[in-house]
Amino acid sequence: MNWMKHLPLYFIISAIIIIPGIYSLLRFGLKPSIEFTGGSRFTLVSLKSSPDTILQLFKESAPQMESSNSNELTIKSKEISQETIQKILDSQKKDDPEIKLTNFETIGPALGKETIKKTANALIIASFLLLTYISLAFKQLKYGICAVLAMFHDTAVLLGSFSLLGHFWGVEVDLLFVTAVLTILSFSVHDTIVVYDRIRELTRKNKNTDYVSLINQAVTETMARSLNNSLTIIFMLLAMFLMGGETTKYFSLALLIGTITGTYSSTFTAAPLLIVWEKYLGKNK
Amino acid sequence: MTLSKPQKVSFAILLLSIIAIYIVLPAKIGSFTVPRANIKLGKLDLSKEIELKQGLDIKGGLQVVLNADMKSISQEDRPSALESLKEVIGRRVDLFGVSESGVKTAVAGSDYRLILELPGVTDSQQALTLIGQTAKMVFALPIYTPGETASKSSELTGFSPTDLTGADLARAQVTFESEDRSPAVSLTFKESGKNKFARLTKENIGKPIAILLDGYPITMPTVQTEIDSGSAVITGKFLTEEAKALSIQLNAGALPVPVSIMSQKNIPATLGAESIKKSLTAGAIGLFMVIFFMIAYYGKLGFIASIGLVLYGILTLALYKLIPVVLSLPGIAGFLLSVGMAVDSNILVFERYKEEIRAGRDWRVGLELAFGRAWDSIKDANTATIITGLILFNPLEWNFLNTSGSVRGFALTLILGILISLFTGIVVTRNLLRLFFRGASQHS
Repeated sequence: MNWMKHLPLYFIISAIIIIPGIYSLLRFGLKPSIEFTGGSRFTLVSLKSSPDTILQLFKESAPQMESSNSNELTIKSKEISQETIQKILDSQKKDDPEIKLTNFETIGPALGKETIKKTANALIIASFLLLTYISLAFKQLKYGICAVLAMFHDTAVLLGSFSLLGHFWGVEVDLLFVTAVLTILSFSVHDTIVVYDRIRELTRKNKNTDYVSLINQAVTETMARSLNNSLTIIFMLLAMFLMGGETTKYFSLALLIGTITGTYSSTFTAAPLLIVWEKYLGKNK
Repeated sequence: MTLSKPQKVSFAILLLSIIAIYIVLPAKIGSFTVPRANIKLGKLDLSKEIELKQGLDIKGGLQVVLNADMKSISQEDRPSALESLKEVIGRRVDLFGVSESGVKTAVAGSDYRLILELPGVTDSQQALTLIGQTAKMVFALPIYTPGETASKSSELTGFSPTDLTGADLARAQVTFESEDRSPAVSLTFKESGKNKFARLTKENIGKPIAILLDGYPITMPTVQTEIDSGSAVITGKFLTEEAKALSIQLNAGALPVPVSIMSQKNIPATLGAESIKKSLTAGAIGLFMVIFFMIAYYGKLGFIASIGLVLYGILTLALYKLIPVVLSLPGIAGFLLSVGMAVDSNILVFERYKEEIRAGRDWRVGLELAFGRAWDSIKDANTATIITGLILFNPLEWNFLNTSGSVRGFALTLILGILISLFTGIVVTRNLLRLFFRGASQHS
């Protein structure tokens, strides 16, 4: 199949997905969780009081309801001490004797800056090491650079999606999201390398075939593997997203978005990038 | 009878599987007690069930971040001050009796911090009181205000702190007086404290000196003579227990810098228990779907790959118990994700195999070729993942990378996942295929 005939189309599809995400990322940013902003987060168990009554009790700390079950309520607020909460609850015990504080968290905002800085460091080091490793393994700089570009493509999609999710649905990014981004970086490269490996092998075998045909053949031959491998990961992630519980729900979603993008990009971004590279930079060598 | 190479390797794999299953099995399944062999290998005791270490989020507990106030410490001394702070706080936590507790230092720009992890601690007030008490120890001179009338003796109204602090104290120990064997507490000062203490005692012979912990006097001995040896003995009407308590307080109170609690996280175990159950259910369903897909798509090959996949799960859990990997919720997520990725090498090989068959090769040749040719891409792709995993895991504890527990837990499970999946996906599957797989013969 002549996949590379529609080269511009693939870049347009990527642009359609990435541009709104990047726009949202620059305009609204990501919605940081309490881990980044600092504040208090606590869970109350109450049998009688309605969530509204309880929020009213804490109105001085600008409370936000995070989740509520039949009798459980998780509230986020500006920083508030455990003692203050206990005092407020004690005053409510006349009407609701069962009300009880079951979970309390305080997180300083400085932790956020630290994590972002360190993750940025990890990202820079990882990109550089991956670029070096792939360039060495494939003996040409273009493979390293194009694989890392495809990796940035996937990161942009993931960050953009979560910026949009955060803006419209209030989905927050936390430490797990940071982990998910880094996992997707490695998955993206993993998948790209499999396609590149086939190009490398075909180049060795068919010295006289032109590069575009080689890439076409490589993409066709690795398509089934790429889809099947992604499917097995998607099965796992879908199960975790739907049934894994609140704690890891958006972690699974982030990985799910990343896996789908990573699969798409290795065939429709990483391989076309090689053609573009060859077209504009290849002749000079 | 001589065994062929695949037979020998398969036998070794079988043995390994049995050992792994033995390690993974809980002490009891329902009412059935799993028999245990009485084998001890060094520290490893196989006669009991090896416990799966559970992180703060699953077992519940308390994470406390302490901020060290380094205002009075010179820039170049700050890292060593933080290290000694870690040591002292660590002793305190040990005294509190928390199992698997961890004290880690964290430096961020000009901020010096300690991260305390106390799994299983539910009484946060108690733990916080304990940590909060690790304030500064100061030697101080009591201030007496003369009584209003002559009949009233002068009253103790306050203390004036001296420059001799906990930072100058090397250690406190329980000793016994040579004459009557009565218990006492001996103090040993560091070089910095030696001179200060000599001056202090010289100027105050016959007067009392108070030792303040957190602003409260814990003892107030009277100076008998100038002491320039850098050591002192606090005598008094001590019981042995009292002397011991005082020495612990002095040792623990000898913090080089004041600390404040920056953040605290109180996580009840129930949250983790519910989440772990949901994650495991999701994992089981996901695993079932992966196996179903592999068998439906690759038939007999897929069935053998699924055996490899199940073995992957067992080996991973066994290693988690042995290393031990402290399992936290992100770690479980990483493990489940790696199950999805583990079949990747199988898929690469099987797709290759299909190509070789299409090219008209015999299944026997095709299988060997497929393994050989798929190896290049498997090797490069997995090396890339391991590179990322290592940067996240940060094994050299570089300060410019994440040192946070949950990210590293995830990275460790990812790296282990890759290594074990290479073993089960390549070595195990290949040998099982060599032994049991018979492809359709070519009729040409």
